[in-house]
Amino acid sequence: MERRRLHLVLTLALIAVLFLALWWANTHLGEFPLRVARTGAIYVVAAVAYNLVNGITGQFSLGPNGFMALGGYTTALLVLPLQQKQFVWFLEPLMWPFNSFSFPGYLFGLAVLLGGVMGALGALLVGIPSFRLRGDYLAIATFGFGEIIFVLANNLIPLTNGPLGMKGIPEYANVYWCFGAAIVATLVVSNIANSSYGRAMKAIRDDEIAAEAMGVNVFRTKMLAFVTSGFFGGVAGGLLVSLITTISPTLFTFGMTFNLLIIIVLGGLGSITGSVITGFGFALMSELLRVVEAPINIGPIHIPGVPGMRMVVFSVLLILLMIFYRRGLFGQFELSWDWVLSVLRVTRGVRECKRERKTESS
Amino acid sequence: MQARTENGVVLTLDHVTIKFGGLVAVNDFSLDIRKGELVGLIGPNGAGKTTVFNIVTGQYTPTSGRVIFEGRDITGWRPDLIAAAGIARTFQNVRLFTGLTVLDNVLVSQHLRLKSSFLSAAFQLSDYVKEDEDGRARGMDLLERVGLASLAKEQAGSLPYGQQRRLEIARALATNPRLLLLDEPAAGMNPEETTQLMKFICRIRDEFGLTIFLIEHDMRLVMGICERIRVIDYGVSIAEGTPQEIQSNPRVIAAYLGEEGD
Repeated sequence: MERRRLHLVLTLALIAVLFLALWWANTHLGEFPLRVARTGAIYVVAAVAYNLVNGITGQFSLGPNGFMALGGYTTALLVLPLQQKQFVWFLEPLMWPFNSFSFPGYLFGLAVLLGGVMGALGALLVGIPSFRLRGDYLAIATFGFGEIIFVLANNLIPLTNGPLGMKGIPEYANVYWCFGAAIVATLVVSNIANSSYGRAMKAIRDDEIAAEAMGVNVFRTKMLAFVTSGFFGGVAGGLLVSLITTISPTLFTFGMTFNLLIIIVLGGLGSITGSVITGFGFALMSELLRVVEAPINIGPIHIPGVPGMRMVVFSVLLILLMIFYRRGLFGQFELSWDWVLSVLRVTRGVRECKRERKTESS
Repeated sequence: MQARTENGVVLTLDHVTIKFGGLVAVNDFSLDIRKGELVGLIGPNGAGKTTVFNIVTGQYTPTSGRVIFEGRDITGWRPDLIAAAGIARTFQNVRLFTGLTVLDNVLVSQHLRLKSSFLSAAFQLSDYVKEDEDGRARGMDLLERVGLASLAKEQAGSLPYGQQRRLEIARALATNPRLLLLDEPAAGMNPEETTQLMKFICRIRDEFGLTIFLIEHDMRLVMGICERIRVIDYGVSIAEGTPQEIQSNPRVIAAYLGEEGD
């Protein structure tokens, strides 16, 4: 159809412009803003995927930290150089086969992809029993899953090096990888949300019994959303460990899920646009709000720095939002080409109208 | 129009019983519905009418007895498989997908016939795009036929009550059913709307070649359009017949008004 082709061209053009901007930023901006931007892009990958389950399908999952951990450990084990592996595992040796190979830099994409596959497998494993039951079992099962992964990461020393984790992971996750993943995740999830599968997911969110009576295979549809979400969670985990170059069990505690929950609720449950914008916003605010954790002197009053103060600010923000703006910043609004084009058309119409009035009066 | 064969039984309920704990909600219920028929199911509140519907559409599995649809034993099938087999329903309290548009509500019902894979939808491959466009065209066509086309882009939850009821029927029709179950379609409607609804039900039966089984409290509607009426009380069938026979049946009158000298 004509309209679809126009949208495709516009999307491709936007991606091209974005990558030009990234190229410029990569050469002109300093390390710090680039780092914030990359973190934001990784949050977007994880949040958009999380929103597919919690916002679009309406199933309350608390498990993205578990999927991110699976992806993070997978990617880290694959790309950590052999020499570094010998250096890191000094208590117990690293198990076969990971002690015999290491992916070179050009296979980083594959390593991240395999991290995603591990995340998807994890989601499959949790989803099958929890979606067999109706009700809120998912929240408990996924929360438990995250805790199990945490315990395993702490104790499977031949595989994870326990609480010490790994360091010296090569920093392959540059802006292109991070933003590339964010673009793919956003496009794929919004394609799904707007497809027949997405309609089935939203139908389940609105009324599960009616959806089933209209022929929607509820179990299968929930699983599709959940496994997709697990895949992108794994991808985000893989990118994140390469960005910060270390991994340890504490990186993927429930706090990670809580951050993502803030992002999707602030952005609006079910709004992909909202998740993208608040994903970047959250990364930026996390850095800017470091101010509140530093010691502050206001005249004679001295406030000592309190680590973790940022989370208090986020929590207060979340509470205020729930009171005054219950549906999040974007509700279920989606930025689409149809919307942009209609806005452009309206503003042009207004301008022409004004011009006509001016010529009439003169 | 579909040919109505004399003995073409579409749905058979064969000695169906369902118990919830100690309560026997439906007791030894048997019924044959023939192709193209419009059968009514009536009875006082709590008689088990909706339970019968829930058994037919798979929400409940009967404790004993069988449900046979077009020669296939569908007892205990999942609701979505029963919908795919050709039975659609509406609900006593409207259960629309309120966050979706009117068109999307109808399109959800076409999902069961989608052939394109999840991946081709995720990457918008040409087979999915083509199928989606065809589906939209069919959905609009259906809305046109039920008179909701002008509201296609409205949110289903924002429609007035009467239109929501109509949309629920349209959504059921979009699954391409051969048997349609209507659970109190006239509930909450004024006489004027009920008259329109009666015409609408008769029209869709002929246009879509349907067999219709409906529950209704509005006696004007039931007596006006049903060819055959079954009455149940406390989960037990107490009478069956044409509207005239039912109106003069003493057991029915007793069930509705109470026994004389009670």
